[in-house]
Amino acid sequence: MIVANRKPFEEIMEMLKPYKKILLLGCNECVTVCSVGGAKEVAVLASEIRLSRLKNIIPVEIKEHTLERQCDPEYALSISSFVNDYEIIISMACGCGVQTIAETYREKYVVPAVNTTFMGSSEEHGVWREKCQGCGNCILDKTLGICPVTRCAKSILNGPCGGSQGGSCEINKDTPCAWQLIIDRLKQMNMMEKYLEIQPVKDWSTSRDGGPRTRIREDLRI
Amino acid sequence: MTTESNLEKVLKSGSFAVTSECGPPRGADTEAIRKKGAFLKGYVDGVNVTDNQTSVVRMSSFSASLVLKEMGFDPVMQMVCRDRNRIAIQSDILGAAALGIHNLLCLSGDHQSFGDHPSAKNVFDIDSIQLIQTVKRMRDDGKFLSGEQIKGRPDIFIGCVENPFADPFDIRALRLAKKAAAGAQFVQTQCVFNVEKFSKWMEMVRDLGIHEKMYILAGITPFKSVGMARYMKTSVPGMDVPEGLIKRLNDTPKDEVADEGIKICLEIIEQVRTIKGIAGIHIMAIEWEHKVPEIIEAAGLYPRPS
Repeated sequence: MIVANRKPFEEIMEMLKPYKKILLLGCNECVTVCSVGGAKEVAVLASEIRLSRLKNIIPVEIKEHTLERQCDPEYALSISSFVNDYEIIISMACGCGVQTIAETYREKYVVPAVNTTFMGSSEEHGVWREKCQGCGNCILDKTLGICPVTRCAKSILNGPCGGSQGGSCEINKDTPCAWQLIIDRLKQMNMMEKYLEIQPVKDWSTSRDGGPRTRIREDLRI
Repeated sequence: MTTESNLEKVLKSGSFAVTSECGPPRGADTEAIRKKGAFLKGYVDGVNVTDNQTSVVRMSSFSASLVLKEMGFDPVMQMVCRDRNRIAIQSDILGAAALGIHNLLCLSGDHQSFGDHPSAKNVFDIDSIQLIQTVKRMRDDGKFLSGEQIKGRPDIFIGCVENPFADPFDIRALRLAKKAAAGAQFVQTQCVFNVEKFSKWMEMVRDLGIHEKMYILAGITPFKSVGMARYMKTSVPGMDVPEGLIKRLNDTPKDEVADEGIKICLEIIEQVRTIKGIAGIHIMAIEWEHKVPEIIEAAGLYPRPS
């Protein structure tokens, strides 16, 4: 899923400064699961904004609304009846959601309340870790389910580098060395001969480096 | 095939090789590099020129290598994968070879978070093993990574590094075997302080026959102070400094610590020379270049083969 962090409150207030009528838009998908932009977080942020404005004696009217999925135009259109009642839309969805809303309501100023951080998974309650960069050419078969492109700080395909120590990456002790994990798994699976294969230079054209990506499925188009 | 590299010539002749390094200055003035070079003149078979080491911006290794080349050295130009993609890498290899640089040391590079521009975007288009393959392909097959023909192949003696003290320890020899298979002809190791562990690693290296496929130069660094030894132990990733050495320096009167550091360094040189498969040493006297001649003379490695 997509993991995000809420922006600092001061930054949010700065974006909202000139506006009195605010539409605060949550999303029921990934940002709800990672507890940053669902209905609950929308309610919390709305309260914080109201309190801050009350303290500073600046009037504000906030509508709290959470869409099933902000990155889908169908759901984005579902707010068309009341969008114009507000001066600004602040979205608590990931960057995809913010952009879908901005594209749907071109006359509206749409701003982000969260920083979209990564595609990852939950490792334990309250801990998410980046797992995939969407490089467009998956090699998880070769690295036994651990992605070095994403989880090695240097995206080394023939690792580990000389900075791997005690199972951790050189950049920070809390980051596991992806290649230590791969080697542990190779040993466990009795597949160390795979380690001796030199992984060739990667074709990054399927990744973001090839330019913004578009996928068209003719069979699904109406 | 033999390149024009002096280092390759010395190693092939069977002489015990000695290399050292010059870190380029943090400015456009060549005086600093000439000054460091002057200390090493006549004492080394090749001189490494670091490539923005620890991710701190310095004069490019290419330019500083040229300055040292002018001074009569055989530069070992270091190249990291952090700051250039395959287009820039191949271009710099051609440029270096064209201007008489015949040794290239292929490294991944420290992560930029260690340096003075931690907010930089990194590249890592290819890794160090793929860089070795790239140089070999350009030199031996006369081809770019794209498969297109090169007009004028780069004449490069291919080097790499390996850290016997990083984890997981048991694959560190295997990883060197991969580098040899990729085309690396010599390796300079991470600084050796823990000789016992280094010997174990060399045993694994010999079991895999790697010492017969490439020249192995042991990394040597003299301690300047107790603080430096402690810093290397605790703050430099992948460094193994035994507590006993720190204690030894600590127990030495303050004004004799530097001499004791040199003494330890000479003992380590003596010990690694007896390890089967060691073809030379690489002295990294960080900001202590003027001590290198003294170390080389005291180790009985002077004069160098002409």
